[in-house]
Amino acid sequence: MIKRLVSIFVLVALGANSAVQAADDTIKVGVLHSLSGTMAISETTLKDTILMMIEQQNEDGGLLGKQLEAVVVDPASNWPLFAEKARELIEKEEVDVVFGCWTSVSRKSVLPVFEELNGLLFYPVQYEGEESSKNVFYTGAAPNQQAIPAVDYLMDEVGAERWVLAGTDYVYPRTTNKILEAYLKAKGVSDADIMINYTPFGHSDWQSIVSDIKKFGSAGKKTAVVSTINGDANVPFYKELGNQGISAEDIPVIAFSVGEEELSGIDTGPLVGHLAAWNYFMSVDAEVNDDFIDSWLDFIGDDERVTNDPMEAHYIGFKMWAEAVKKAGTTDPDAVQDAIIGVSVSNLSGGVATMMPNHHITKPVLIGEIQDDGQFDVVWETAGSVVGDAWSDFLPGSRDITADWMAPLACGNYNVKTGNCSGQNYE
Amino acid sequence: MRIIRCIVMGGLLFSAIGFAAEPGQRDFELAVKSLNTRSFGEKEIAAARLASIAHDRVDIVLTALLEGALYTKRDNDLVVIAESLGRKGYRLQEAATGAELGEVGRRGAKKISVNNKLRRVVRGLLSGRQLADPEPAVRLSAVQALAASGDPTFRDRLAVRAQEETDSEVRQAIAVALTVFDLESPNEDARMAAIRASASNLHPTVRMKLTAIAGDPALSDDLRDAARASLSELEQRAARFQMLETFFFGLSLGSILVLAAIGLSITFGVMGVINMAHGELIMLGAYTTYVVQTAFPEALELSLLIAVPAAFMVSGLVGIAIERGVIRFLYGRPLETLLATFGVSLILQQAVRSIFSPLNRAVSTPEWMSGSLEIAQGLSITYNRLYIFFFALAVFAALLLVLKRTRLGLEVRAVTQNRSMAQAMGIRSTRVDVMTFGLGAGIAGVAGVALSQLTNVGPNLGQGYIVDSFMVVVFGGVGNLWGTLVAGLSLGVVNKFLEPAAGAVVAKILVLVFIILFIQKRPRGLFPQKGRAVES
Repeated sequence: MIKRLVSIFVLVALGANSAVQAADDTIKVGVLHSLSGTMAISETTLKDTILMMIEQQNEDGGLLGKQLEAVVVDPASNWPLFAEKARELIEKEEVDVVFGCWTSVSRKSVLPVFEELNGLLFYPVQYEGEESSKNVFYTGAAPNQQAIPAVDYLMDEVGAERWVLAGTDYVYPRTTNKILEAYLKAKGVSDADIMINYTPFGHSDWQSIVSDIKKFGSAGKKTAVVSTINGDANVPFYKELGNQGISAEDIPVIAFSVGEEELSGIDTGPLVGHLAAWNYFMSVDAEVNDDFIDSWLDFIGDDERVTNDPMEAHYIGFKMWAEAVKKAGTTDPDAVQDAIIGVSVSNLSGGVATMMPNHHITKPVLIGEIQDDGQFDVVWETAGSVVGDAWSDFLPGSRDITADWMAPLACGNYNVKTGNCSGQNYE
Repeated sequence: MRIIRCIVMGGLLFSAIGFAAEPGQRDFELAVKSLNTRSFGEKEIAAARLASIAHDRVDIVLTALLEGALYTKRDNDLVVIAESLGRKGYRLQEAATGAELGEVGRRGAKKISVNNKLRRVVRGLLSGRQLADPEPAVRLSAVQALAASGDPTFRDRLAVRAQEETDSEVRQAIAVALTVFDLESPNEDARMAAIRASASNLHPTVRMKLTAIAGDPALSDDLRDAARASLSELEQRAARFQMLETFFFGLSLGSILVLAAIGLSITFGVMGVINMAHGELIMLGAYTTYVVQTAFPEALELSLLIAVPAAFMVSGLVGIAIERGVIRFLYGRPLETLLATFGVSLILQQAVRSIFSPLNRAVSTPEWMSGSLEIAQGLSITYNRLYIFFFALAVFAALLLVLKRTRLGLEVRAVTQNRSMAQAMGIRSTRVDVMTFGLGAGIAGVAGVALSQLTNVGPNLGQGYIVDSFMVVVFGGVGNLWGTLVAGLSLGVVNKFLEPAAGAVVAKILVLVFIILFIQKRPRGLFPQKGRAVES
């Protein structure tokens, strides 16, 4: 009996103690990135980025006089588990903000949780758009900040007239290609000059597709490939291109999912000259970027590691959140949501990123060519920053829809024509 | 373009007069300096100007530009050739003089960037300088680069070279290049002749130019008709080759399926063990290749030959450990075996993730495996797939030999047919189990070496092949090696013939549906085992 009483007492004391500590001493930052399973390849780096940002912020005296504390969970590349872990972070750990997710399906999976519990999520990856939630801040590129400028570059600077849209068979490539197809047709490209091709996840046998592309490309017009091929399937694709003798000078391939990190697993000799469109490259020539690279290499303790675009997105997102918390004087989600709109922080390419009312940010668009050291050389960039557009202007359904989270509209899905706000019902 | 070139030539002439005292060096230095500009158009002009100067460092500077080794020194804007020292920075050499400038930090030098168009131009310029190289191979690639550059200013130089060329292969290449240039000749007769001669030339540039001519309303009807006739002849040739090509693609995909499945056909087919960790044994083989390459970086060309036995040993030993540690307690309980080996596969994946990081590892392709073998113009087979096809056949033959001609093979067959009888005859069935499982696992490792040349070497490599492997074994008939070979190759060919018509996703589904229906009809696969062993 006494034993039991004592143990209950100890438990209560411990619980109360830790609760007091959490409330008083630290601000908790949730990190929701897969550390095991298929997506670990990309997401582990992002977890480390946030840990580094937290460490730096703490060295600079924390936020609101408090230290930051990271709460890292592992959703293991399992989409339903993302939702469970998000709930755990917000309800049980009581974190003030979450940085996380990579794939669109994981974001869709956690979205209802964040909206129900009124949490904050910073999502750092380029995505297909057609979404704007009160609780999510999209620091990666929307299609008009990556895909559309990339096509403009190929059309105006390279002179491409025939287009292969090749992608992995899931939501991001399908939506992006739908937008691109509509855009190309609006620019006067005929049906016969567009070839669309989808392949399964992790596709490794590219012989016939590459041979098809080669054939498609020998019809008298300059041909370019716009690739939304995802992660792992890229290596065999590029290897096959090299082996079948297609060089970037004949048929350039522009990719939206291939960055420095993906290239670190490939022998890039045969890929020199193929393109990628991002908002940041490790090779960008800016003082702030050199500093970031130095602190990253020191933090991770490995000189071979690289930096990439989603890392920059997390860098910007973290800075913006910290700025908004300072501005609001509290970490309360509603106050931060109000305060963060209009917040500007420096990005890593020497410019400024601003959070817009639609919860997307402004970004410059850069086109880079792959070099044989696995880095990109910037060959073109937009004149200024591009504002992220949540709802594409090139899709019939979303043309009339706009997102604006400032009063009086305060709606992520507002139809300009009918004056309806469909709330969180995106379909 | 041409106007710009005229201006440049004029400018050159002018500067040559202006600096008559020390024409070469001064011009050269100015030209090198003018490479330091942000505009790619200006860089193109500067490169062309550089190439027209007779100076012994021109080739060095242009090559450095082509390879992206040309930088500017940040403090004084001097054009330099930089050698990267990793994070520490660069070792610099002055581009114009070759003088060593010591080392600078990473921020001390800025790259002169090159894009595809500039690269093509520079390659053309360099090739123009290499036309008189004593080495025929260099001349050949120079001629091909000139033809690819499509720059008509090179036509005359090629024509001159054709007169003095001694090597027959190079001469032939020049003749082809000249016809390609003549397709855009202003002289109608020359153009007509070129169009007619192009009917057998399947080079992509030729087809592009012919299509352009056929659709150009500004040209005479004769020319357009001739272009159309040549084009349709080309199309026919291409269609014939395409059948052959698809067939080879199918065989190649099939050979990969066979490689991945053949180890399984021993453990699953012969021993009846459902080994879900089979894919991870393949992955271990691929990682062994990576380790071999990192351990002996100078022996890259031989690395695969070393990796094959090494991967056999590594995967074989891991296989034996799995058999001794897990499977032997579960013989005769297929469901438990399935779950346990699935667990083992997850453990192996995460182990690799912890040891090698979750990122993919770069496995290089040796020189002799890259590129393609041109059988006829327009029909070529990539070397890596060709080698892997023959490698798969060799592994199959070796395995067959082991099972049919060695004592181990005899014992394996005996144990498979009737375990207790074999035991009664004095065969130690546990030892046979270990050896058989080790053999199957080792073969999986060998398959991993081949796959490392085609796909990502990462923790998930195995997952992509496990389903396909089971499919092949079941389709071919459990316990029959020949069945695995026929099933793998035919599934590959069927898949590749379906793919152009149905798309990659649907083709895969169709093949799967076909196998399900086939198994309904013939549950024991293509080549069922016969005899009393089956009934028991």
